[in-house]
Amino acid sequence: MSRTLRLLRTMPPSALVGATVIVLYVLVAVFAPVIAPYPEREVVGAQYLEWSSEFPLGTDSLGRDMLSRLIYGARNTIAIAFLATTLAFVLGAVLGLLAAVLRGWVDQVLSRIVDVVMAIPGLIFILLLLSVFGTSITTLVLIIAILDSTRVFRLTRAVAFGIVALDYVEAARVRGEGILWVMRREILPNAMPPLVAEYGMRFCFVFLTIAALSFLGLGIQPPAADWGSMVRENATLITFGDITPLLPAAAIAALTVAVNFVVDWMLHLSSGLKE
Amino acid sequence: MRDIVQLVIRRLLLGLLTVLAVSLVIFGAVSMLPGDAAQEILGQAATPESLAALRLQLGLDQPAWLRYLHWLGGMVQGDFGTSIANGQQVSSLIGERLANTLFLAGLAAIIAVPVALVLGILAALYRNTLFDRAISALTLTAISFPEFFVAYILILFLSVNLGIFPSISNISPGTEFWERVYRSLLPAAALSLAVIAHIMRMTRAALVNLLGLPYIEMARLKGATPRRAVVVHALPNAVAPIVTVVALNLAYLITGVVIVETVFVYPGIGKLLVDSVSKRDLPVVQAVCLVTSLAYILLNLLADVVAIISDPRLMHPR
Amino acid sequence: MGDTRDDKPLLEIRGLKVEGRTGEEWRPIIKGVDLTLRRGEVLGLIGESGAGKSTLGLAAMGFRRDGCRFAGGTVHFDGIELTHASHQVRRGLRSSRIAYVAQSAAASFNPAYRLMTQHTEFPVLRGVMSRAEAEADAVELYRRMQLPNPEEIGFRYPHQVSGGQLQRAMTAMAMGCRPELIIFDEPTTALDVTTQLEVLSAIRDAVQSFGTAAIYVTHDLAVVAQMADRIMVLLKGETVEEAPTRDMLAAPREDYTKSLWAVRSFRAPEKTGAGAPLVEVRQVSAAYGTTPVLRNITVPFREGRTTAVVGESGSGKSTLARAIMGLLPPVSGHVRLSGKELPRRYQDRSREELRQTQVIYQMADTALNPRQKIGEIIGRPIEFYLGADRRTRDAKVRGLLEDIELDPAEYIDRYPSELSGGQKQRIGIARALAAEPRFIICDEVTSALDQLVAEGILKLLTRLQAERNLTYMFITHDIATVRAIADDVVVMRNGEVVAAGTKEQVLSPPFHPYTELLLDSVPEMDPDWLTRRRPPATGPAG
Repeated sequence: MSRTLRLLRTMPPSALVGATVIVLYVLVAVFAPVIAPYPEREVVGAQYLEWSSEFPLGTDSLGRDMLSRLIYGARNTIAIAFLATTLAFVLGAVLGLLAAVLRGWVDQVLSRIVDVVMAIPGLIFILLLLSVFGTSITTLVLIIAILDSTRVFRLTRAVAFGIVALDYVEAARVRGEGILWVMRREILPNAMPPLVAEYGMRFCFVFLTIAALSFLGLGIQPPAADWGSMVRENATLITFGDITPLLPAAAIAALTVAVNFVVDWMLHLSSGLKE
Repeated sequence: MRDIVQLVIRRLLLGLLTVLAVSLVIFGAVSMLPGDAAQEILGQAATPESLAALRLQLGLDQPAWLRYLHWLGGMVQGDFGTSIANGQQVSSLIGERLANTLFLAGLAAIIAVPVALVLGILAALYRNTLFDRAISALTLTAISFPEFFVAYILILFLSVNLGIFPSISNISPGTEFWERVYRSLLPAAALSLAVIAHIMRMTRAALVNLLGLPYIEMARLKGATPRRAVVVHALPNAVAPIVTVVALNLAYLITGVVIVETVFVYPGIGKLLVDSVSKRDLPVVQAVCLVTSLAYILLNLLADVVAIISDPRLMHPR
Repeated sequence: MGDTRDDKPLLEIRGLKVEGRTGEEWRPIIKGVDLTLRRGEVLGLIGESGAGKSTLGLAAMGFRRDGCRFAGGTVHFDGIELTHASHQVRRGLRSSRIAYVAQSAAASFNPAYRLMTQHTEFPVLRGVMSRAEAEADAVELYRRMQLPNPEEIGFRYPHQVSGGQLQRAMTAMAMGCRPELIIFDEPTTALDVTTQLEVLSAIRDAVQSFGTAAIYVTHDLAVVAQMADRIMVLLKGETVEEAPTRDMLAAPREDYTKSLWAVRSFRAPEKTGAGAPLVEVRQVSAAYGTTPVLRNITVPFREGRTTAVVGESGSGKSTLARAIMGLLPPVSGHVRLSGKELPRRYQDRSREELRQTQVIYQMADTALNPRQKIGEIIGRPIEFYLGADRRTRDAKVRGLLEDIELDPAEYIDRYPSELSGGQKQRIGIARALAAEPRFIICDEVTSALDQLVAEGILKLLTRLQAERNLTYMFITHDIATVRAIADDVVVMRNGEVVAAGTKEQVLSPPFHPYTELLLDSVPEMDPDWLTRRRPPATGPAG
């Protein structure tokens, strides 16, 4: 506990702000029904109403309350990104560790598959798969998780390769320890710092990808509130100089900035006493 | 020298192999379409006649490997099949739009790469100063922004409020060159921002990594100024990572155009892709996917070859 | 530069303090050191790791590493104060008047440029010579440094030149502007003994013929005895004593200096009687891919004795250990344990077979998992091989910690990063012992340690051997260590055994020629040793 506190005190301002923002977002996402003044999908007024005391951020193209949708949007957008990232991570990290420990043909086969998948531009491959499998939340999460796990695989494999070469892992192997023990007790704990930082970066990437897809109308589907689609639905207002449609975009940006600030600090920590 | 030629040839062959594998994956993904592709595409309301016609057009009566060979053979000859949505030749749909997209990406690259490299070198030179911290926070922010956010901010300020640039990039084959540049400048700027940030950060990181090495300390102990230590002693050794990251980001431009073209209604390959995906126009999607992958692989290939050539250990073996 | 100034010291350091930052704290590295160097004089700076000798050497150039600061005192070079001088002034002196030779030439030459480009960089920039003059001069210096093919070698890239040659090329580069002072920072530490000899004599000849003053930083007493006119002993940032070389060698005054001298006299007690072979390597050949690395090796390791396997880098001594452990399965031949043939791959060996052979590694830093506590590290083999329950395991761990002279209460819950280098190595020993093995491979276990600490480890290993009737395979490149601990000796070169037998047989005449070369190349604590011992002709050209 005191260790955590000491760590918090050494946080630079940017990371501290980032951490605070992340906590805020999570709170908003969890308590959305309590905080939001109106329901997520109900038409409560006329279209494109201006900001007022009744509708603090006005209404959208269908007459739904902008603020409420923004709050519910946190829930949908973050939850899906979180799910996809975690899935990608479990998949990529387990396969990456296996490739590093087993080497030989397992590593060869996995690495070549990953090479080929990564030779196709990510967003474009996702679009191809979406047009084949259709745009449901499940396919969206699965496609993104599988494609993104390739990057996690590469990092985990590289980090684990470095650790496998160390004497303490060799000592465990010639002691006769099983593969799982070596992976879980010798390699994973030492691979954690870069992996945790990578989790943050992957989350940002996945989050931005989903936002982009929703913005293109190919991600999270209406009537669910989602920040990417909210920008798209109300974009016309921008040509009249109204910044309301930019608010969901700013909400996305603020979260990714926050996560990146924290990740940056973690990377700095795990790179050791660079300064 | 012989070794290096061999190495480059091997890398080229590997690239070719990758292209084949990628084409197989793209074709395979489309063949995985659940159920009957024609039924999926046309929906429940389709008449039996139109279904049969589409099946024939998609070649669904033939085995998959034969269709793959046909498709690949067609691609090699520049025949990308016909669009399901409007029956046009896919090649004619892509052709001009691809040129537009390459123009946009090229413009963005011309802006981004030099700016990013200079900023990266400066940040490495003045590392841990206020300048470095400021630029690091700024670029981190830029990386974190969704592209459409950047694009709309640019539109809001530069076209709606100030009216300097058009908010829609209206480009046709007849548009004169400088007019084309002018109309593409805003989308190019939107694309550049993230690319500048990435390249700059990686350039700085590649250089700073080297600055801790004994030969840089040696340069300083020989009396080199900090600038000489970074530019003359560190930079040549950072060529490989920097070129790799530049290539990666140029490749990223290809993906980035999808969003930016949609925002600015720019008549490029990205806009075509998005439209085709919503219409489930699979031949077009497939073709765009393959073409962009090709560009992607080519850029990575180029980066690897430059990295090989820039390494004296490979150029001048023992 | 008139002769009148010659009586004035070239370098004068007074009360110098340097501090280094760890986290938020500034800790002293140099705690007020005085140093005086006259023109043409060579001063040896000697001390163990952490003594601050490199920091002091760099401070003589007015240089401090990142994260260090001058906290007091002065450095005067020919009347110019360096700790407060501007960057321009300090930079201006480097290369032209003060030059530096680094420990690892292989890492200190820029891989992107040819040696000649790097050599001529500063003579040309400082306007001392034109490029053509500088290149001609470089060839002259290469010749003087006894480099093969002096006309051609400058046009190679660093990776195309061997370590010993690079070290000489770096000395030549330091001479480029004919500086008045050169700092040598452990220039031969990373080299094999036979190579070290060539580099030492080349450096000494060059320094003498140009009358360059030098500070020679090293941890090796015998080396400094050859190179320095005067020796200064440092301990934890403070001067212990300073005297002319011959005086200090003959009669060290301080206890610490005496203890440094005494280290070399440790001898493990002689074993009586020759035991039967516990582990036998029989006609083993092995290869990395298609490159053969071991050729038809036959070695018995006799029970209860220490067999030292000696050789230079690339001789195959560590590879032999890997073959015995089953990490590099032999192409032909086999390994026997207690007369029974072991499976070639460790994966195929039984747990009991694995238990009997344990390893202690060279780098304790990478040998211990940084995320496990000491109790876990030592406890795991007990649990794994002996299936002990928690209570027995903990009791055994405590017993082992006492055996390696570490207080169990204090150390059992620590992480490796909270231990010193010598303590980490002791944990490595305890982990090996925890399996209750009969055969232990010690792979350069003392090479990364300071002499006093290393001696402690050797004594511990000797005691444990006597108590537990252990058989050691002791891999080392250091002849002094062999003399201290070995019962039997195996000399390896290029993957072959060139000599084998008891210590007396191998290390006394008649020698195998290579053994003789190895023995002759080890510097002795005699200032005239290098003068007497002319190096062999430099290797074949090209």
